[in-house]
Amino acid sequence: MPRQREGSPFTGLSTIALKEAADHMTSARIHLVLLLMFLTAVGAVYAAIGQITATVGEDQFLFLRLFTTARDPLPSFVAFLGFLLPLVAIALGFDAINGEYSRRTMSRVLAQPIYRDALLTGKFLGGLIVLALCLLTLWLLVSGMGILLTGLPPSGEEVLRGLAFLLASFAYAGVWLAVALVCSTLFRSPATSALAALTLWLILTVFWGMIAPLIAGALIPVDPLDPMTQVNQFELQQAIARISPNVLYGEMTLGLLNPATRTLGLVFANQLQNALIGAPLPVSESLMLIWPQLCGMIAALIVLFTVAYVSFQRQEIRA
Amino acid sequence: MTSVIETRGLTKRYGRFVAVDHIDLEIGKGEVFGLLGPNGSGKTTTILLLLGLTEPSEGSVRVNGLDPLRQPLAVKSSVGYLPDQVGFYDNLSARENLAYSARLMGLESAEAAKRIGDALARVRLEDVADKRVGAYSRGMRQRLGLAEVIMKRAEIAILDEPTGGLDPQSTQELLDLIETLAGEGMTIVLSSHLLAMVQTVCHRVALFNRGKIGLVGKVSDLTANVLGGTHVVEVEAEGVDLAAALTKAPHITGVEKRGDTSWRVDADSDVRPEIARRVVEAGGQLRNMSLRHTTLDEVYVRFFEQEAKHAQAA
Repeated sequence: MPRQREGSPFTGLSTIALKEAADHMTSARIHLVLLLMFLTAVGAVYAAIGQITATVGEDQFLFLRLFTTARDPLPSFVAFLGFLLPLVAIALGFDAINGEYSRRTMSRVLAQPIYRDALLTGKFLGGLIVLALCLLTLWLLVSGMGILLTGLPPSGEEVLRGLAFLLASFAYAGVWLAVALVCSTLFRSPATSALAALTLWLILTVFWGMIAPLIAGALIPVDPLDPMTQVNQFELQQAIARISPNVLYGEMTLGLLNPATRTLGLVFANQLQNALIGAPLPVSESLMLIWPQLCGMIAALIVLFTVAYVSFQRQEIRA
Repeated sequence: MTSVIETRGLTKRYGRFVAVDHIDLEIGKGEVFGLLGPNGSGKTTTILLLLGLTEPSEGSVRVNGLDPLRQPLAVKSSVGYLPDQVGFYDNLSARENLAYSARLMGLESAEAAKRIGDALARVRLEDVADKRVGAYSRGMRQRLGLAEVIMKRAEIAILDEPTGGLDPQSTQELLDLIETLAGEGMTIVLSSHLLAMVQTVCHRVALFNRGKIGLVGKVSDLTANVLGGTHVVEVEAEGVDLAAALTKAPHITGVEKRGDTSWRVDADSDVRPEIARRVVEAGGQLRNMSLRHTTLDEVYVRFFEQEAKHAQAA
């Protein structure tokens, strides 16, 4: 029996996405989280500028240092983003689906001539719109502050790298939005869903760095007589660590904002023969370096969205 | 009468539990049809199946000749739905809530604004239309839900427990509104566990019990079939055996002893003079006699009592 549905699954998609975005923009919860992020980010960059002007070096990419320089006790701008972007994304998404149930609006909305697909995709897109707006604002703000306070304009290459960094941050935030969306479809209570997402966030950003070596050590013990086991263990450890989007994001920012980065894995001394250590890579090479990380992140985003989609399509609409 | 909703052997199972069990319904254009029964008897599940929000395990549904699973958008654009305990976005005003629904329906904004104004006026919410829905009472939310159905200009309105949790005055208001809408040619399907309350507005009803439809028909036909009459006379008399005195009396379909001196008489017309005459003839003293129309509750209780008895006997 054919199971064809008639009509486009995208009917009403833009309506839902825009309404979600508007709701987020006016909600006190998002205002608080964004305020937190803006204040810390601006603080970090301000401190970085102080550090840069104090130790003016012969750096070709001084402008990019804005993002990566840390001055005690503040971490750098990228470190802040890596830590706080998931929080913003979770705040945007943790009650996307179950909130409709608890407000008892789900069946009323789905009784309108739209598909469920449009509701879920619209919610995701609405979140992405807000994330994109907020990242763009932050990026422009930081760049503007940098130009004003240091007095140097960014070169074309720096702008290009900055834009790639913006894209990477967007993909990273998108992954966490998808995590929150999955939690919101799997758990009926918004509080449980928020806790689940936050737990995952803490594990992957704070504890994963400690867990990965433990697992790798247990799976491939180092044999002191065989140096290759050490290499294998390290590679396994790195592979496990890369399950965390936080690690992938860290590697991407390293590759993009630090042009001298040549590799994100192990390098043997013989591979560095004739290499000019410290010489920057062209943008295309840096992009090539982080390409797998970016693809992995986007793939994770799609897989998570699919999980949310499947679980939502099978759900009973009773509220 | 052309039927706009038709189900054939409609069944929904959750694991081994059968929520809706082989339901055959036919609802005609312009009818007010009541799905009545206690909580958990399968009314809401039936409604979800009609809307295509749940997939049937067996059987088929046709709404305006369309399959809600294959052509959900066409079905949903002609059917308005007021869920049980309808919810709205509390941080938005009534007007904004309806505007969102209107955009989902694909209405143009000028047309939508006009329809929203009209609909809010009809449910008498125009004064509070720009207040946040969070401040609304239960009755106002229910009316706002009905406004959405009106705005949609739905051919069929499906209302799930529209009077649930409302005070008597709001209930009456809502029922009046439903009657007006039905008068304008809207087909209305409503579910309720308050049988007596909706019997006044429904042309036909279906009585649900454990996922099955026990009875379908007009209220007057049901009372006649199940209780044998449309009238009930409560009699209090002394010094007489009423059951014996009333044997072979015309129009009387049943006599039931309720206490030492009280009886309940089912009849299909007002038989008070006949009862009075017979009591006096038999030498008894008539204390009190009161007539009322039978309610659906009595039909329901009696019918499923009989069913249970038959089931035990079999």
